[in-house]
Amino acid sequence: MDKKPIIEIKELHTYYGRAHVLKGINLTIYENETIAILGRSGCGKSTLLRHMIGLNQPGSGEILIKGKNIPKLNEDKKTEVLKRIGMLFQNGALFNSMSIADNVALPLREHTDLEESTISIMTRMKLDLVGLGGFEGFNPAQLSGGMRKRAGLARAIAMDPEILFCDEPSAGLDPIVAAGIDQLLLKLKQAFKMTMVVVTHEMASVFLIADRIAMMNEGQILAVGTRAEIENNPHSFIQQFLHREPDKDKVDRETFLQNLTSEISG
Amino acid sequence: MKSNLLNNFFATIGRKTLKGLWEIDQYTRLVGQTLYWMAAAPLKGHKIRFRSTIIQMVRFGVDSIPIVATIAFFIGIILGMQAAYQLKPFGASIYMADLVGVSVTRELGPMLTAIVLAGRSGSAIAAELGTMKVSEEIDALRTMGLNPIPYLAVPRVLSMMIMLPSLTLIADFVGILGGLFVGIFSEHIDFWLYFNETTRALVLKDFLTGLIKSGVFALLVATIGCYQGFSVSGGAEGVGKRTTTSVVTSIFMIIAANVLFTGLFYSTL
Ligand SMILES: Nc1ncnc2c1ncn2[C@@H]1O[C@H](COP(=O)(O)OP(=O)(O)OP(=O)(O)O)[C@@H](O)[C@H]1O
Ligand SMILES: [Mg+2]
Repeated sequence: MDKKPIIEIKELHTYYGRAHVLKGINLTIYENETIAILGRSGCGKSTLLRHMIGLNQPGSGEILIKGKNIPKLNEDKKTEVLKRIGMLFQNGALFNSMSIADNVALPLREHTDLEESTISIMTRMKLDLVGLGGFEGFNPAQLSGGMRKRAGLARAIAMDPEILFCDEPSAGLDPIVAAGIDQLLLKLKQAFKMTMVVVTHEMASVFLIADRIAMMNEGQILAVGTRAEIENNPHSFIQQFLHREPDKDKVDRETFLQNLTSEISG
Repeated sequence: MKSNLLNNFFATIGRKTLKGLWEIDQYTRLVGQTLYWMAAAPLKGHKIRFRSTIIQMVRFGVDSIPIVATIAFFIGIILGMQAAYQLKPFGASIYMADLVGVSVTRELGPMLTAIVLAGRSGSAIAAELGTMKVSEEIDALRTMGLNPIPYLAVPRVLSMMIMLPSLTLIADFVGILGGLFVGIFSEHIDFWLYFNETTRALVLKDFLTGLIKSGVFALLVATIGCYQGFSVSGGAEGVGKRTTTSVVTSIFMIIAANVLFTGLFYSTL
């Protein structure tokens, strides 16, 4: 198998003020693969994504996308790379002053010379893909949270990107729509050969769409591998995470209730 | 104990000074970039967003006409009454036309219009961009390869620099009307007499100095609004804080710049 690396992260360190958020991330992502990033809330997953798309400057380290070191690129070169990238933000990040259709059409209007009629057809196609056909004229404020996320996904794939970053694409969606999003991501991967980096907490969707899984904890990557490799990893955190066990020092539900009743009666 | 307190005292002063210097540095950078994208980049073939500029012109300019005109009229009346009160004992009431005309066109017209727009539109810029920052809309723009300076800041600054001087002209005119109103109805000066006195007193230079000033005020109000908006962090509370700061800083800078200008024009022109 000759796998071609498309994203290479080398010794990435980041600080927010004094907080050391990413502590030496090393990760290689290959062309056409889907990698899922898992980890607890606050471990730095969104921060890692923000670095990959050049929104945050790292404290130190390199982020290469197709061999180009993103933090060091000038504005124009970075724009060229960004045109080939789509990003779904954790909260959708739609432009509130524009309709859904205009949100999706914006990158097409800005970066292509397509006719307005073509753009409107393409926009409708993308919205149909995410199940938002008929909502073109709506403003983001008029949509539910899940709908906003799907509109954000439609905007992220508007330019048919080579690499798609998704920050929790199915969080806050009902199971049926979430399954639909999984199917859509699978289709993008198979039909359009997109490389995808997906942050998610949904184990079912991880196992369905991901070729490899990266486990993060407290700003570090503990392990990267296929589902089997991760499931067989003996690391206690990984086992705890996969089996949805609460932290050891937290009292379990039974004891908690017992303590409570004894407190009330005593 | 005492030295500890003293230490804290100086540390706080030091930190605040550094923070202030850092903000000034960041602000100057933003102004530099905005001017680059407004003046130099179009020569290199980057287009300016005229559609968005016109939308902002309506928001900042057209919608502000009633409030600016009303305030200018009142100011004209106040100035007129003050002037008449002081000139009457000398039987020189007619010279109120000179006083009102020159003060309005050179000083009060540009300054008051700028202050009204700082409160009305500068704050709106800060709040709007701040909200976009908080909801990651600005990040989304950047990931699409769209630079927020030409995309968001330039249309706002440009439209402010067109509309503030235009509104100032309206304010000048209405302010003079306010003085005229006092002249006719309170001092019983003949309309044509007052009119001729005004045109005799005013020279083109008075309007021009006023317009130059208002152009600079416009740049200040719009760039301070943009800077405060882009600097928002920490949710809705941060938006509120930065919006207030934008108004206070703008008004301070308008008045400070006016002192500088008046000194300059007074000594050279
Ligand atoms: N703008 C910021 N300023 C300061 N600290 C931040 C900022 N953004 C994130 N952090 C901190 O960085 C850490 C990582 O945040 P991040 O958003 O990357 O977590 P996450 O893994 O995406 O969590 P979640 O699963 O809840 O989305 C957190 O501890 C957070 O407090
Ligand atoms: Mg996150």
